[in-house]
Amino acid sequence: MTSRGGTVRERARVIVRIFFIGGLFSYRALFNWITPTMYVTTMLGSPLFQILFFAYLGRFAGLQDDTFFVVGNAVQVSAMAGIYGMTMTIANERQFGTLQPLLATPANRIALFLGRALPVIVNGLIVSAFGFAVGLLLLDFTLSPSAVPPLLVVVVVTVASCTALGMLLGSIGLRARDVFFASNLVYFLMLLVCGVNIPVETLPDWLEAIGRAVPLTHGIEAAREIVAGASLGEVSGLVWTELGIGAAYAATAFLLFRLFEIEGRRRASLETF
Amino acid sequence: MNFVALAPRLFWVGWKFHLKGLTMSSFFILVSVIQPLIFATIAYYMYEAGAREGTLLYVALGAGLMGMWSSTLFGSGGAIQWQRWQGTLELLIGAPPPFVMTLLPLTLATASVGLYSIVATLLWGGILFDVPLSVEHPFLFAISLPATTIALGLLGLVLASTFVLYRHASAFSNLLEYPVWLVSGLLIPVSLLPGWVEPLSWVLAPTWGVKAIRESALGGDPLPAIGMCVLLSVAYLVIGWFSMANFERLARKRATLSLT
Repeated sequence: MTSRGGTVRERARVIVRIFFIGGLFSYRALFNWITPTMYVTTMLGSPLFQILFFAYLGRFAGLQDDTFFVVGNAVQVSAMAGIYGMTMTIANERQFGTLQPLLATPANRIALFLGRALPVIVNGLIVSAFGFAVGLLLLDFTLSPSAVPPLLVVVVVTVASCTALGMLLGSIGLRARDVFFASNLVYFLMLLVCGVNIPVETLPDWLEAIGRAVPLTHGIEAAREIVAGASLGEVSGLVWTELGIGAAYAATAFLLFRLFEIEGRRRASLETF
Repeated sequence: MNFVALAPRLFWVGWKFHLKGLTMSSFFILVSVIQPLIFATIAYYMYEAGAREGTLLYVALGAGLMGMWSSTLFGSGGAIQWQRWQGTLELLIGAPPPFVMTLLPLTLATASVGLYSIVATLLWGGILFDVPLSVEHPFLFAISLPATTIALGLLGLVLASTFVLYRHASAFSNLLEYPVWLVSGLLIPVSLLPGWVEPLSWVLAPTWGVKAIRESALGGDPLPAIGMCVLLSVAYLVIGWFSMANFERLARKRATLSLT
């Protein structure tokens, strides 16, 4: 079967290539400033001390044991990649002046958009795994080997969901002047509303409602139950909710991306600030 | 007019200029106002949900100092690198006053922006959580604030002059935010941390700054802590002065002043 751009198989191959190779290339190009020193200090050092800070604050407050804070923060630190990384992956095309050539290509927009998320998700998983290792090595936290596979599934879903929120911010960055203010704000607000350090039920109703509507909250809840011994089936409701929230954010992000692309072309304002 | 007579004017104009610039920056508003409010709220709910009977004023002041440290760290740590990117470093080095005299107002301005944090967290406590703002020793409280700000600003001078030796100064800024919050006892008493941490906290201005401010506000004897702020300020000034001279000498010798 053939179509305007070649056979269906050829077109599928191109889309897959844009998704994987294009995603990897864009990541390497946009993050060329991430040297090993920068990576270790920012992506590993900062999460290390964040986990220690909240674990000790939790001990002082007498709120919960170390496990509560290790799980909450080890999952949340993946948002550093998901939120900041994904925002930069989209919005920095505009900052670096490469947005116009990129959008001049006939590349499939969904592949172009989603392919950028893959390296960010992998990065988020590395940061999160490091967070759990910090808990195991430095704090009073244990993890049964049988809990690792289901925990991995939960963390992958949560990181992907966080990345979807980062996509939304990145898409807004195609239009907004200072989207990094919003990224920073969202990252810190997650520490408050997503049950990272405070059980969401103890928050005021309106803060709990916000927490329930954003990525991370259900993922952290599921991760805590897995670490406590629950099976993946027992937390499937939470995992599906997290996945659904992530999908909703990703869909909204893509719609905004397309809207700003079309508007940017119409008004010749793709790279204006 | 000689340099000594001009120095106060240079300092005043530089401090005002940088303070205005930092106040216009959304990043510094986030770091010095919004972020401390978020951390104060987290700490409040953690204390409330936990068994700790903590005073909210204790949290508000600690979170305020967290913001002051963040603005000093990010503002001063990357100060020279920022001047490089702006293309103003050569002009500042080439100007008649010693470079340290032009940089000092900047590092003190970054700490001064942190005063917004304390005001913000105190207002936050008063408006949202009915924290009674009663200060036990108002006069000593009024001394503690500038003593802490100056000590942090001079610590900023040390950061500015040492971070510049590394290409990725911002990476160090990202790394050092939480550790100093942790070891300075801003929200967690240092006694709760491993014993080897305590000596580290002694050389950090935020440790004594928060002690001075808290003991002035909540009761106690803040004078020793204020004294330590003054002592550390002198030490930081000496270290910063020599480090800055060393940076200037190396940059001129290797012709690396404008290289990023």
